[in-house]
Amino acid sequence: MATSTTAPNADRRVPRAGSPARGAARRPRGPRRSLLPYLLLAPAIVLELAIHVIPMVVGVWMSLLELTQFHIRDWSTAPFVGLENYRATLDLNSAAGKELLHSFWVTLIYSVLSVGFAWLLGIAAAVVLQKPFRGRAILRALFLTPYALPVYTAVITWSFLLQRDTGLVNHVLVDQLGLLNERPFWLIGDNSFWSLLVVSVWRNWPFAFLCLMAGLQNVPGELYEAAAIDGAGFWRRLRSVTLPMLRPVNLVLLLVLFLWTFNDFNTPYVLFGGSAPEQADLISIHIYRSSFKTWDFGSGSAMSVALLLFLLVVSAAYLLITNRRRDDHA
Amino acid sequence: MSRRHLGIFTAAVLAAASLTACGGSGDDSAASPKTLTYWASNQGASLEADKTTLQPELDKFEKQTGIKVNLEVVPWSDLLNRLLAAAASGKGPDVVNIGNTWSASLQATGALVEFDDATLQAVGGKDRIVPAALAAAGAPGKPPAAVPLYSMAYSLYYNKKAFADAGITAPPTTWEQLAEDGKKLTKGGKWGLAIEGANPSENAHHAFTFSQQYGGDWFDSAGKPTFDTPQNVSAIKRYVDFMAADKITNPSNAEYAQNQSVSDFANGKAAMLLWQSAGSNLKTQNMAADAYGVAPVPFLASPPAGGKKVNSMVAGINMAVFKHTKNKDGALSFVKFMTSDEEQTLLNKTYGSLPAVKTAGADPAFSAPEQKSIQETLVTTAAPLPQVPDESTFETLVGTAMKELFADAASGKPVTEQSVKAKLTDAQQKMR
Repeated sequence: MATSTTAPNADRRVPRAGSPARGAARRPRGPRRSLLPYLLLAPAIVLELAIHVIPMVVGVWMSLLELTQFHIRDWSTAPFVGLENYRATLDLNSAAGKELLHSFWVTLIYSVLSVGFAWLLGIAAAVVLQKPFRGRAILRALFLTPYALPVYTAVITWSFLLQRDTGLVNHVLVDQLGLLNERPFWLIGDNSFWSLLVVSVWRNWPFAFLCLMAGLQNVPGELYEAAAIDGAGFWRRLRSVTLPMLRPVNLVLLLVLFLWTFNDFNTPYVLFGGSAPEQADLISIHIYRSSFKTWDFGSGSAMSVALLLFLLVVSAAYLLITNRRRDDHA
Repeated sequence: MSRRHLGIFTAAVLAAASLTACGGSGDDSAASPKTLTYWASNQGASLEADKTTLQPELDKFEKQTGIKVNLEVVPWSDLLNRLLAAAASGKGPDVVNIGNTWSASLQATGALVEFDDATLQAVGGKDRIVPAALAAAGAPGKPPAAVPLYSMAYSLYYNKKAFADAGITAPPTTWEQLAEDGKKLTKGGKWGLAIEGANPSENAHHAFTFSQQYGGDWFDSAGKPTFDTPQNVSAIKRYVDFMAADKITNPSNAEYAQNQSVSDFANGKAAMLLWQSAGSNLKTQNMAADAYGVAPVPFLASPPAGGKKVNSMVAGINMAVFKHTKNKDGALSFVKFMTSDEEQTLLNKTYGSLPAVKTAGADPAFSAPEQKSIQETLVTTAAPLPQVPDESTFETLVGTAMKELFADAASGKPVTEQSVKAKLTDAQQKMR
């Protein structure tokens, strides 16, 4: 993902320089050129086909079958039911449809909040650590720790922390600080959503931090000096120099974070152990439950395909809007 | 859309697509006839403890037959999924342990070797096997899909000292008494009854027993689900009410899914526990065998019309062989070895369960109070869970509905007949 944007980023680093550089770069001509790029791309394309495209096509095919335990061993025996799985899972009057819709909203709110907080923390830390000072390297390393930890280890630790009777969170809140009289539940009921959100932000913000920190390296110091001479304060510099210069990074970062969070399976799965409480029933877990736990892989695939289409629409809309805005600016 | 945008878009598509690309994978089946892969279920206190128990026996088998058995102990939370993945992919282990309640569900995949009379003969003969255990090894009228390995049943475990301190002289025989006793025992941070509230399978087992006592059933004779009948609503409500209404169960139990209820009982935090063969687990948690008593699971004081005198499922572990094995003879000889009198005695002694073959019951270990109680229940008042293909789905859906009801109870939301019925209706609608 990042590679596809570095080239365009590079030519916008000098925003007002016009765009003669774009497309005008001389490319070497000759017979070699025609073959080499394809050769270099071949391994990636093969892997892409094997890892993403083929399973995706198989997933679409599965969604058209009644693929239950009776047929899972030999798919050729599974009856072709056309769009029946879609009808059943997307019928908003049925229990399954309502739950899917509920879980869709939960996931959407969760993703927006999680990405928002992760980005805010990321930009704050990146800006604070922009100028060298004593201990900066240590802080950087420390901030990246959640990202470096294996997800299972990290989330299992969180699930221990959040247990009601034996968890450290309640121990601190109730026993040590005395802020609450009752021990609240963190992993069931309404709080479970917020617990999930905290864990997710904790896991994701270092990535935002890393990307934004890298983006800030590319902001020329002269711009800040010029802004300072013009009398711009901290907030003004942030708004008028830092954020516009980070725009290409943000464009990709927010999209990627959103897609990752929306599809995140590991965090809720490990935190809640397979079946999340209603309030935190993310769509990935919901689909997992529908396929693996009830052995109805056709319906599960139908939900996945529907979700894929939704994310495609969101991504396309996002890119169209952000690109139009940029073209307006140019 | 320019080429650059197309690039970003393609990458976004692929990131989104990773969602649809989930799937199971299995280890490769043993290719050489001199090896077998065996997935054991977690019977002891930990996966490691099971390895320590089983490895010497596998070595013994290798010495006898020259077949090396590669052992993996699979935790219960993963076992059903892993078995399903193995069934779907045709790759994976040769021999596996399965929860006996899943027999018909896994049988329906067609991935398991059928134990017809000839095959049963090859593993020692049908007549050796305890009939009730064999009945829980597949759908009625079909050759069993597995062979019974360990037999178990639910019992009521109670803390003798806590009972004496509360002035209770005998273990409860009815649920009403259990609730009364529980209230006397619930004080000073200690609770009457420990419940594994977030474990769907454990919940579903109790759903079965209570439903039987209320005269209900989870499937009709055609194998169709009948989840939200009034009997089943009463049954589930009775069980959840130990936390919601009687308040003899710590609300924290709504989070329990890793056998914390056994630990609570072993540590004296709860005075009663409904469990299968808890003895060996309690021993590893340093609870002396004379510190607790074992009694039959209670009944309703006045059962409604149609109520059955059932207080446990026929619990147990079966051993199955995958059709995809490249070494069926070796796999069957391994099953024969594991169900031999010697191994049955040794392993069931370790796990506190009962042998599934009649000829291995003579060891004095099997007439200890706990084992006698299990035996008594199995012979008189245990019934097998419905052996229908949707059984495993029932465990998941109803067990999860109960988990949600416990969560409601724990967070102070009312648990009413309506809320129970709504959950069960929802669960039923998810069956197709």
